[in-house]
Amino acid sequence: MNRKDIIRKSLIGFVGLVVLVVAGIRFYQHRHFKEQVVIGDQVKVKKLGNYFDGVKGTFNDCNIYFIEGTEPGATMMILGGSHPEEPAGRLTALVMVENARITKGRLIVVLSANRSATSVTRPSAAYPQLFTIPTAWGGQQFRMGDRWSNPLDQWPDPEVYIHYPGKQNLAYMDIRNLNRAWPGRANGTLTEKTTFAFMNLIKQEKVDVVIDLHEAELQYPVINTIVTHEKGQDLATMASMTLTDFEGFSIGTEFSPKNLHGLSHREIGDYSDAISLLLEAPEPFLDATRGITGAEQLLEGKDAFVVKAGKHGLLYAPIDDKGWPIATRVGRHTSTVLQIMQSWNEFHPEKELVCEGVPKYTELIAKGLGAFLIDPGSVAKGKVVFE
Amino acid sequence: MNAIFTPIITTLYYALIAFIVVLIIYNMIKTRDWKKEIVYVIILIPFLLRLFMLK
Repeated sequence: MNRKDIIRKSLIGFVGLVVLVVAGIRFYQHRHFKEQVVIGDQVKVKKLGNYFDGVKGTFNDCNIYFIEGTEPGATMMILGGSHPEEPAGRLTALVMVENARITKGRLIVVLSANRSATSVTRPSAAYPQLFTIPTAWGGQQFRMGDRWSNPLDQWPDPEVYIHYPGKQNLAYMDIRNLNRAWPGRANGTLTEKTTFAFMNLIKQEKVDVVIDLHEAELQYPVINTIVTHEKGQDLATMASMTLTDFEGFSIGTEFSPKNLHGLSHREIGDYSDAISLLLEAPEPFLDATRGITGAEQLLEGKDAFVVKAGKHGLLYAPIDDKGWPIATRVGRHTSTVLQIMQSWNEFHPEKELVCEGVPKYTELIAKGLGAFLIDPGSVAKGKVVFE
Repeated sequence: MNAIFTPIITTLYYALIAFIVVLIIYNMIKTRDWKKEIVYVIILIPFLLRLFMLK
């Protein structure tokens, strides 16, 4: 190797090093970006690791927000971030933590059920790493995530994922899918340990109802619906009928298939006393026929290609040029959660859950999501926690 | 079983990545073709990002 070769190789290597450093910094900053959550006087924060040592100190040792009323009543758990590429779930959970006032019963809220999956975006899908919700005080940034746990936390994947304890064969990458890993196991993968910890929480805190918040592509038939375990059929059906009649949007009910394993609406109901429900809102960002996957498309839900797919009858939910803005999707979730509470109270007057302050569908559409996020700079330091 | 094998498989996986990184760097140094040198550097980046646990 002569001097010329050494100089050429050094130059090419240096350019590669610059690309490596720039990319590495961006990936590191995304993984460790701190989302801010403002907690009120009623909110107490615990960690998932309090319920199982196996997740203590891991990336999935997420915050658990307890909002407890002065009077006893039912306990409801809201799970956001099972699939962090479905941001309406996490944002609904945030709106509930920052706005809910509980007078009877107890609300347990999770923003990052699979925190590891909030730290990575879909390979080759050109997702935005961060997105901003506009607010009167300038805007609040959030991490965009993926459907699966970060390979940095759990890797490699097997050829076939065999669900425990159902023994059902599932797609290999779903070994990192939190909503295919219920009820989990103590000696399993990080994702299985995470659901195992949540199951401990549900049992120890005697949770009555678990609601798992999701979004779906419009080409997927399970959309704009409440998926319910058989224990929650009355509750889901009553909520669905009431919302469709009075709230200004239609929402259906689907029954959880008994032989489809690993999903929250099946396994939480089977392995605990809680009623398990799962809500799906529409997210055109996830559709296979979408256009550019930018933050604008993510938040406004507008996509000409998805609209065209609708004109060809390929969708299970309507879409037009107005799209599915994030406030509409979050509003569907908040109104559905509040209606489920209301229906629960009608079925269980002796054990009510009374919640105030959470904006509903019409209010969110009228004022925008940003109107219900609290400026972390306007509160005392101890009132801000990080996701 | 899972708790025993998972860390072993993960460790082997990272050892394999480190080995491939060494191979790519070795080939990059040995070749005299500048186009191949560029290709080696490009394919090296994702392996290094994973080895350094950045992506």
